[in-house]
Amino acid sequence: MNNMLHVSSSPHVRDKVTTKNLMFDVVIALIPATAWGVYQFGFYALAVVIATVAACVASEYVWEKGMHKPITIADGSAVVTGMILALNMPPEIPIWMPMLGGVFAIIVVKQLFGGLGQNFMNPALAARCFLLISFAGSMNNFTSAKLGFDSVSGATPLAAMRAGSPVDLAAMVVGRIPGTIGEVSVIALLIGGLYMIIRKVISPRIPLIYIGTVAVFVFVFGGFDLTYTVNQICAGGLIFGAFFMATDYVTSPITKKGQVVFGILLGLLTGIFRLWGGSPEGVSYAIILSNLCMPMIEKLTLPKAFGKEGKKA
Amino acid sequence: MGLATFKGGVHPYEGKELSESKPVQELMPQGELVFPLSQHIGAPANPLVKKGDQVLAGQIIAEAGGFISANVVCSVSGTVKAVEPRRVANGAMVNSIVVENDGEYRTVEGVGEDRDYTTLSKEEIRKIVKDAGIVGLGGAGFPTHVKLTPKDDAKIDYVIVNGAECEPYLTSDYRLMIEEPEKLVGGLKVILQLFENAKGVIGIENNKPEAIKKLTELVKDEPKISVCPLLTKYPQGGERSLIYAVTGRKVNSSMLPADAGCIVDNVDTVISIYNAVCKSTPLMRKIITVTGDAISQPQNFRVKLGTNYEELIEAAGGFKTEPEKVINGGPMMGQAMFDFHVPVMKNSSALTCMSKDEVAANEPTPCIRCGRCVDVCPSNIVPVLMMRAAMNNDAESFEKLNGMECVECGSCAFICPAKRPLTQAFKEMRKVVAANRRKK
Repeated sequence: MNNMLHVSSSPHVRDKVTTKNLMFDVVIALIPATAWGVYQFGFYALAVVIATVAACVASEYVWEKGMHKPITIADGSAVVTGMILALNMPPEIPIWMPMLGGVFAIIVVKQLFGGLGQNFMNPALAARCFLLISFAGSMNNFTSAKLGFDSVSGATPLAAMRAGSPVDLAAMVVGRIPGTIGEVSVIALLIGGLYMIIRKVISPRIPLIYIGTVAVFVFVFGGFDLTYTVNQICAGGLIFGAFFMATDYVTSPITKKGQVVFGILLGLLTGIFRLWGGSPEGVSYAIILSNLCMPMIEKLTLPKAFGKEGKKA
Repeated sequence: MGLATFKGGVHPYEGKELSESKPVQELMPQGELVFPLSQHIGAPANPLVKKGDQVLAGQIIAEAGGFISANVVCSVSGTVKAVEPRRVANGAMVNSIVVENDGEYRTVEGVGEDRDYTTLSKEEIRKIVKDAGIVGLGGAGFPTHVKLTPKDDAKIDYVIVNGAECEPYLTSDYRLMIEEPEKLVGGLKVILQLFENAKGVIGIENNKPEAIKKLTELVKDEPKISVCPLLTKYPQGGERSLIYAVTGRKVNSSMLPADAGCIVDNVDTVISIYNAVCKSTPLMRKIITVTGDAISQPQNFRVKLGTNYEELIEAAGGFKTEPEKVINGGPMMGQAMFDFHVPVMKNSSALTCMSKDEVAANEPTPCIRCGRCVDVCPSNIVPVLMMRAAMNNDAESFEKLNGMECVECGSCAFICPAKRPLTQAFKEMRKVVAANRRKK
């Protein structure tokens, strides 16, 4: 009977939370925003989400199969990447574009650097920026036939604010505005964010510091206008980015102090890009640039070991 | 007000309900008893008997082999069968004295006699503790007489009794606290006699309200002794965590608790000091919790040192289901066993029999850098980066990341959603770093 006993190093018990559970929780948290996007922009938006997720999962499978690596699509990380990428797409994007983005995200940003946990940028955001640069026209076209937004009324609130036009705060909070599929409804995004915080998938540290820094920045440099500040926070991809992309485990610092620095850096970059950048949007670039600073931030903010200041008597 | 505790830690399934209500039962050994010469941290003891010698219960059969070492006391009367290497619970072969039990339990003269500790000098108390072969019974096995001999007695202002028993499944300290609280307080008073400036604090996790109640009641008229309820959280009973929770002082890996003015002893150690000093009874027994979902009747036993583990399993009714893993100790820091034909030693605490091995059921996957290991680490270091160094066999980076501050509590490996064997890697790296340091 002795040869049936397992022997391994302690500890001999494991917590119930697994990588798969965590990814599944993120998917659940994305459902309100996805549902709102589909409700508002129509079933084509759902097709975009499904196609992007499928492209991500399929490219991960094909790559791992071809490279004779263990197949990891069951961990759900490719699904999350696909959903986040799709929710970053304009509602009437030609469907092959996000699919191409999905392949780019998984193969170039994730697998070429070693797969899950090794990517140096958030794959979904890197793919979005890749598409923004490659297909600027389609990526910045927020027309929606279902809502009757044309190229004039389809200006996003951020673009409208840049042009000095008035914006409707209530419409932004609910999500009755032009924008990408998943970023428009502040309420839906906050429900998802709150779910992740309650389930302890993310800590509120990065999102709150990020949003707070943007608020202070645009308040100070936007002419001390409170309404303008609130509008800035609710417009564009800030809420989406702060809760779902800046908190990406792989590309944000693990140290608590590092997360504070990271949040402030994100806020400053976003503020600069939004107020003075070439495009009214700034969140995606702010996040991927900050991703690049992550290893440095982490190194400089290592915690002090317990009792390190103590002395031998 | 929040309960005293530390930063970090985890909440594994406690499993204490299996055995916490079972009074400690005396278990008489059969056949031969095995006394390894190394049941403590430090040099092995030197045998004082040889094959064929008659020995008595309470007789010192091996004496401390150095300053940091401890005596071994025979727990039965009988004949020495052999002095030879025998397997112990951690899998190693250790030179041991094997005694055939004659079943008469004749003792050395004077064992069990009452003694008034207040008339003893400090030196006398320390000598009694040393002769009794007492070591830290919480598992570390550090010789107690050494611990009780700091550089300057006057600088010790806390004597902390570790009654946290934070390791899941273990209930032996709990049973002692509610069955023999007077001895615990008595032992603490003996220690306090060594340290004139110290107050005694009994730290108990709040999942043991009965023990907190009993001991609080018992010490209400003792001006120098108090009970400190602690938040139930693993590893609350880790020495550094406990000192921090009780005193707010921080101890690092290069310090001894005495450097922070503290002496920490486990419940059973304190009771053993009482037995040795006040009842002239050296360390001859151990309380062992036999538990887990694979054992028929989980319970607590009072066992003579040297008893075979197989007898413990038998006394607990054997296995009700085939165990997949059997652990010497608890699931967080215990060692998986492959052979039950090993003796109960001073650092034994429990035999946890699990029908399922959660480690094998959870294949490691890539690290997703979620940072949970950082949140739970009681040493406030960064397991995720230490793991990277360990995977690269990079001892230098590992040391720079304060890897030597790791207490190997297992919290990081427990919490890891990717199920990575962090603690295992750290144990190996710490050995490498320690070996490199010795070379220098």
